[in-house]
Amino acid sequence: MAGIVNHKRRGATVKSQRGSDEPAWVRWLLITLGLAFVGIFLVLPLVNVFVQAFQMGLGFYVKSLLEADTVHAIKLTLLITCITVPLNTIFGMAAAWCIAKFDFKGKAFLITLIDLPFAVSPVVAGLMFVVWFGRQGIFGGWLEEHDIKIIFAVPGMVLATTFITFPFVARELIPVMQATGTEQEQAALTLGASGWQTFWHVTLPSSKWGVIYGVILCNARAMGEFGAVSVVSGSIAGSTETIPLRVDKLFHSASMAAGVSAFAVASLLAVLALITLVIKSYLEWRTERDHALAQEATGEVGN
Amino acid sequence: MFRKSNALPGFKRTLGFTLFYLGLLVILPAGGMIFRVVQLGWGGFWHNATSARALASYELSFGASFFAAAVNAVFGTILAWVLVRYHFPFKRLVDALVDVPFALPTAVAGLTLANMFSPNGWLGQFLEPWGIKAAYSRLGVVIALTFVSLPFMVRTIQPVLEQMERETEEAAATLGAGRLRTFFTVVLPTLMPTVMTGFALSFARALGEYGSVIFISSNMEYKTEITPLVIITYLEQYEYAAAMSIAVVMLFISLAMLAAINLLERWAGRFQS
Repeated sequence: MAGIVNHKRRGATVKSQRGSDEPAWVRWLLITLGLAFVGIFLVLPLVNVFVQAFQMGLGFYVKSLLEADTVHAIKLTLLITCITVPLNTIFGMAAAWCIAKFDFKGKAFLITLIDLPFAVSPVVAGLMFVVWFGRQGIFGGWLEEHDIKIIFAVPGMVLATTFITFPFVARELIPVMQATGTEQEQAALTLGASGWQTFWHVTLPSSKWGVIYGVILCNARAMGEFGAVSVVSGSIAGSTETIPLRVDKLFHSASMAAGVSAFAVASLLAVLALITLVIKSYLEWRTERDHALAQEATGEVGN
Repeated sequence: MFRKSNALPGFKRTLGFTLFYLGLLVILPAGGMIFRVVQLGWGGFWHNATSARALASYELSFGASFFAAAVNAVFGTILAWVLVRYHFPFKRLVDALVDVPFALPTAVAGLTLANMFSPNGWLGQFLEPWGIKAAYSRLGVVIALTFVSLPFMVRTIQPVLEQMERETEEAAATLGAGRLRTFFTVVLPTLMPTVMTGFALSFARALGEYGSVIFISSNMEYKTEITPLVIITYLEQYEYAAAMSIAVVMLFISLAMLAAINLLERWAGRFQS
């Protein structure tokens, strides 16, 4: 599913063509409708986060972020992301290598399996791990005997986040690796390079933007994951609370100040979203430009 | 699994690692949950999965997801059309903004939407005089689900619109068809399979959504409680059998949706080049 959402589009230039254009008033009506929808539904909520976050002044905003439990939540979110993203990047590269460069039976099924986290509810994903590692779970008794905590502890949160975010790098890399083909790798191997050398010096440089793109999306999702993590974490303040869980707890406490704090903490994640969007747009602009340059080059050769 | 002759190394190792990773992270966890539900027996499963509370939540989750996908089918198509066919200032920025729901964590989306649509919020204050209660109602659930699933619609339609040949439209115009007639007899039939794919993707995304909804919904039993929340509530009450039974229902619906989306994509692919 992400393959579609993050589809990098070619810069198709559409010139106005007689006979297949709508009357001007229809065009402006549609543009107005589209822009109004984007403005009310996408821009306003984002602006609202910051307006609410600063409604009690900059001092209160900073104080909200420096609260001990919030600082702990930020650290825990970073820790979980630092474990999850590299793991899923390695998985993404391995999966993309065997899927993009080889043909085998069951490939379509494997791709569907990789898509699964996009379709499964995060809550269901979290529950799967509780079924194995929870107190009444399949391993529950054994874990308790050996004093190992997975559910209501960091390991469970890492597992849940890894499940939710593993498709991103793989899904971005597969089309990129497919597009580059296997000729260059085969040439390197013929010239005596080892498998690893070929991967580091040929495959990785030609698909690095795909990797970066996938990592950016994986990172954003890992930091913001809420449903799956809330099932396995138990939301213990100062212990198993990530940034999104902290937002939830502040929002649900009765005091008005806590409500403003919720927006202050949420604004961190909104900034993360904005940074993600900027990098994403930059990478898309780059691919479009490279594509256009490549087309121009082949055009010149053709002439 | 057999591979075709190919000189590149590392097939067995990467495939082995991929299967190991997926086995540990997907197959085993899902298998364990299904195994536990099988242990309950058909009667136990059916009793839990079709309790009055679960049925009420299915009705809300399916209904609200359907409405959200329908709203997106209309506005998402308009947005994709405008972004592909027309020129206007800040088009690139608007295009990038379509991904906001994808990049913004769901908890933040829920928080800000709940605030905006509350009776004294930026948008709620205009709805209040009309007697429309947006936040903490079923309408709120639809609003949150529409927000989170919008990019799936736009990003599905956009590339197809870009690749659509305009010659057929011009031919229709040359043969004397008005723009409206051309749209309904030439453009729409070609675009329909793609809109349906986008609809299915939005619907699937909305069905499993949890984070944004619990902020904007009043989460009342039988009224505004979505299925993922029922699962969590049962889990917190240590009613594992009920939580797992409903989760297995959701899991199989997700698998069915994935299969349906694959079929739709293949069908839509036939209409392109």
